[in-house]
Amino acid sequence: MTYGRLETQLRQRREAGGKSLVPYITGGYPGWQDAIRACAANGADAIEIGLPFSDPVMDGPIIQQASQKALQAGATPISILQEVRSLDVGIPLAVMCYYNTVFHAGHERFAFALADSGVSGAIIPDLPLEESGPWCEAADAAGVETVMLAAPTAPDDRLPRVVARARGFVYSVGLLGVTGERAALELTATDLARRLKAITEVPVLVGVGVSNAQQAAQAVQVADGVIQGASVMRRLIESGADAVGEYIAEVRRAITP
Amino acid sequence: MSLLITPGADGRFGEFGGRFVPETLVPACQELEAAFTQAWNDADYRRELDSLLSEYAGRPSGLTECHNLGKQLGIRLFLKREDLNHTGSHKINNVLGQVLLAKRMGKKRIVAETGAGQHGVASATAAALLGLECKVYMGAVDVERQSLNVFRMKLLGAQVEAVHSGSRTLKDAVNEAMRDWVATVESTHYCLGSVMGPHPYPFMVRQFHRVIGDEAREQMQERLGVMPDAVVACVGGGSNAMGIFSGFIDTDARLIGVEPAGGAAVGRGQPGVVHGMKSYLMQDEHGQVQEAHSISAGLDYPGVGPEHSYLASIGRAEYPTVTDEEVIAGFQLMARSEGIIPALECAHAVAWISREAPKIQGKIVLMNLSGRGDKDVGQMMDILDGKL
Ligand SMILES: Cc1ncc(COP(=O)(O)O)c(C=O)c1O
Repeated sequence: MTYGRLETQLRQRREAGGKSLVPYITGGYPGWQDAIRACAANGADAIEIGLPFSDPVMDGPIIQQASQKALQAGATPISILQEVRSLDVGIPLAVMCYYNTVFHAGHERFAFALADSGVSGAIIPDLPLEESGPWCEAADAAGVETVMLAAPTAPDDRLPRVVARARGFVYSVGLLGVTGERAALELTATDLARRLKAITEVPVLVGVGVSNAQQAAQAVQVADGVIQGASVMRRLIESGADAVGEYIAEVRRAITP
Repeated sequence: MSLLITPGADGRFGEFGGRFVPETLVPACQELEAAFTQAWNDADYRRELDSLLSEYAGRPSGLTECHNLGKQLGIRLFLKREDLNHTGSHKINNVLGQVLLAKRMGKKRIVAETGAGQHGVASATAAALLGLECKVYMGAVDVERQSLNVFRMKLLGAQVEAVHSGSRTLKDAVNEAMRDWVATVESTHYCLGSVMGPHPYPFMVRQFHRVIGDEAREQMQERLGVMPDAVVACVGGGSNAMGIFSGFIDTDARLIGVEPAGGAAVGRGQPGVVHGMKSYLMQDEHGQVQEAHSISAGLDYPGVGPEHSYLASIGRAEYPTVTDEEVIAGFQLMARSEGIIPALECAHAVAWISREAPKIQGKIVLMNLSGRGDKDVGQMMDILDGKL
């Protein structure tokens, strides 16, 4: 089996005894490209780039605010992908977008646009397994890795079907709820990661509700890595790209054995 | 074969519908689908629902012929009187069904979105009656223009949260209710207020509103012995329209769903996916959902239920639009000619009928009067200030 660029990177990190760190940055938010470079320079294994959408139902206040600001600044999927093309940060990139962005562009066209811009993976939080067939087919054909989300509510018989379709990594949703910072890591985060690790070799990364370096360290006691979203975007909104770089360096230290 | 579709596991009406929700909600939608199917075929559940509908909500609702307005317009005009239901609109039919179902599923709490506040009031009412906790999300713009209904919900013991994101109307209230549900899905039922959202909602909500069309068909048969030439209803998400259409879908009647000019999902939209469903949707060239703009909070929505998209795509139903000005005129026309103050939502249907009357002279028209206008009087006072 050959893996895509994203999955290869995350597997290599694991084989070397390390843990993966994937920060999320809202594309088009003022300073987003500097933030991505800061992440890449401070220990990120891959970057998740959000394509802002008018109705982000899986996102809490921070990412909603960032999305709205990016849209107001005139960001479009096309403009973001065009700028991604010239980023050249040397690590794999994935986009996070809501399904209407994909559906509206057309599956083949969107998959081709991602591949053409040098994007390796796609995360589509409102496209569950049952609806994912046509997109996955187009993504496979274009060589784009479709990351599947697994949720704490999934019964045991559902998880194997979800991971069987996952490329790149499995996005293990850390809690019942939307993106945003929380005071503590929920028990559901490690519980679900453990259930997933028991049934798959695909890297398992915990995202949603992993809010600081200490929580990241807790999560990777079970998982292969973490995604950091709201905590990264809050720093970008409040203090700018340098603060994002410092934060990513701090999380990297915390998850390094 | 009937045109009234019972969707399969994929939740499709033709190419429309489906279940585009975060993975967290997939099991909840599957459980709801199973619970609804089971309950709908259970005589005990149906008996309990029927007795609530008759003893509590006041069904069957009447059928009124508008002799004055009919004469003025040169048609025979009949109103299905959903405005006379308890809480003042058709919304109670769906809510009683869902809340009863939620209780059966062991849920302790419901969340709901609301535009005009009629679905919120109905939800708060059913929650009070059946002993569930209730939280209603409502766009900040609508909290303002439908303040009477906000107070009614609070009187009934519900918590009302104003939503300040996006266009601050119905679309954003749906987003916020879904976010709540993602976090509370184990204890909470999402009591969705129209024939929209992920499967099984569009199908389930239609089944709960079929009673409108079934009664109306019987009443027309009894009163006239013939079917209407046209069945007219306003369309926001499309629940009152689907309710009355389902009784006449297999007749020769024209089915007409009237949309506001500023929220014409079928007229101005293209297929898209939001709020869990694939349907016609107003969106820009990049697939960003556009904001609707309508005088009526209940129709101020850029999408439409998937079954309407299907009926439009096969040409079985028509979805014309009317302007806010025509609606204001229709609102007053119904009040003065018949002594009935309609909700601003169904004033859209009145507006279409009065505009199109010259083309349908002598025809029998059945209109769904989906709600009463008490809630809109404050807003109309401002609009008509000094003009009465
Ligand atoms: C009286 C009335 N009619 C119609 C609607 C629109 O909803 P639907 O299209 O689902 O019937 C509303 C919604 O608030 C309403 O209050």
